[in-house]
Amino acid sequence: MSLYDIIFYLFAAITVLSAFFVVTTRNIVYSAYYLLFTFFGVAGIYVLLGADFIAVTQLVVYVGGILILLLFGVMLTNKITNVQIKTGTVKLAPAAVGVALLAGTLFAGLLNTNWKTFVADVPASTAHTLGLLLLQQYAVVFELLGILLLIALIGAASMARK
Amino acid sequence: MTYDFFYKLFGSQVIAAIIQSLLPLFVFILPFALFAVWLERKVSAHMQDRLGPMRVGWHGWLQTVADILKLIQKEDIIATANDKPLFNLAPVLVFVGTYAAFAAIPFTSAFIGSNLDLGVFFIVAVSGFVVAGILMAGWASNNKYSLLGAMRSAAQIISYEIPTVMVIITIVMITGTLNLNTLSQLQTGHFWNWMIFGGPVFGVSKFLMIPFMIISFGIIYISTLAEVNRTPFDIPEAESELVSGYHTEYSGMKFAMFFLAEYANMFAVSAIVTALFFGGYQSPIGYIGHLLGLPWLVPIEQLFWFTAKGLFFVFVQMWLRWTLPRLRVDQLMTACWKYLIPIAFADLIIIGLITLI
Repeated sequence: MSLYDIIFYLFAAITVLSAFFVVTTRNIVYSAYYLLFTFFGVAGIYVLLGADFIAVTQLVVYVGGILILLLFGVMLTNKITNVQIKTGTVKLAPAAVGVALLAGTLFAGLLNTNWKTFVADVPASTAHTLGLLLLQQYAVVFELLGILLLIALIGAASMARK
Repeated sequence: MTYDFFYKLFGSQVIAAIIQSLLPLFVFILPFALFAVWLERKVSAHMQDRLGPMRVGWHGWLQTVADILKLIQKEDIIATANDKPLFNLAPVLVFVGTYAAFAAIPFTSAFIGSNLDLGVFFIVAVSGFVVAGILMAGWASNNKYSLLGAMRSAAQIISYEIPTVMVIITIVMITGTLNLNTLSQLQTGHFWNWMIFGGPVFGVSKFLMIPFMIISFGIIYISTLAEVNRTPFDIPEAESELVSGYHTEYSGMKFAMFFLAEYANMFAVSAIVTALFFGGYQSPIGYIGHLLGLPWLVPIEQLFWFTAKGLFFVFVQMWLRWTLPRLRVDQLMTACWKYLIPIAFADLIIIGLITLI
């Protein structure tokens, strides 16, 4: 087992274990902080795959944005001075069926897809290539997505003002 | 590079990588924090016509060492109502976020923790850990002052990240690189090649750019000052209203870790400003090493210039702290959203137009 493998299994273990604790822990603030480690593990796996730009973007968007928003939401909307914020389990049977179906579909997809595997050089940096692709080949899609996000932002702000 | 040197010395990638990653901490951050805490007390004292610490060592220069020895001996107090695991983890998380930023900062041409191609972007990303750690500290303390301080701090850091990133985009637009090492190399030569003087390319656009670069520098300096929670943006720890903000409940070494993170962060943002606008580790006037034909002297000189520039901006931060009064919460948000962001945006567009000329 090479160093690369050890690091991969380390990050994989962090991701899977913390994701497991996100759903099982009772305290919702703990869940949010376990999610931090999940995001961190996923970012580490991206780095190992040579996708440096996606890894850093993962940190910016999920740790710096979504997680902080989540924590704000949890801390501002509940009684915060004593730990009353719990997650619970309801409707176990339908949930189990749903999860089983989803897992079955994913596994079937995973096993039956004819994955193209070929040895490729890990690019030194992906930012340059990604930037060129986004602003040349996919410029229209990129701009449209930007406008979509802007609309969502303005909408949220105008709703918050009411 | 230092990594290759250690790799040859020990013959193991793991040991070389560990040494490489610990170097900035032991060689730089710890001595710097000791010095900066002493400097802060001296600067504040002299600005208020006092002497400051004078007893331990010459002009009290060992005062911080004595303070650290005292902090190590202190009892580690954890109140029963504190959330113990998160309470213990928070100072570590804050320090991790701060220290990770040092991985992408080039100290000299011979030492950079990791020559990341996405340097600045990475530094912006890891500051998210600091916010998460501060919120964790505030919540786990189970104290309304701590929580209010943490909330204010998080809101402030997130808001002021926008003008910071906009100025970084301006620089990236001109130079076409996110790597702080490459960025420093580009600004080689004399001080008129620094980004604040329009960058290394000589032409009409260089002179047109100078006023807008100075505005950009002003914006990034103000917003990074707010990101490290220093006065005039220190409402997260406003003593007169919140006791001490998110680290009210912390004592002993855990408090020392927050303190260390704060001072490390002050240097980190100064280093980013230096690398973006003031040539990074480049000397303003040329190298003695080149003059004497001693190539090994150049990286040492570069380390000197980098430290000198960084320390200068840290000193300005202290200067501002003891000069300006604290902003109110609404003034803080107004300053960011109504002034800094629109100005940064206009600046970005104008510089973009100039680079097209």
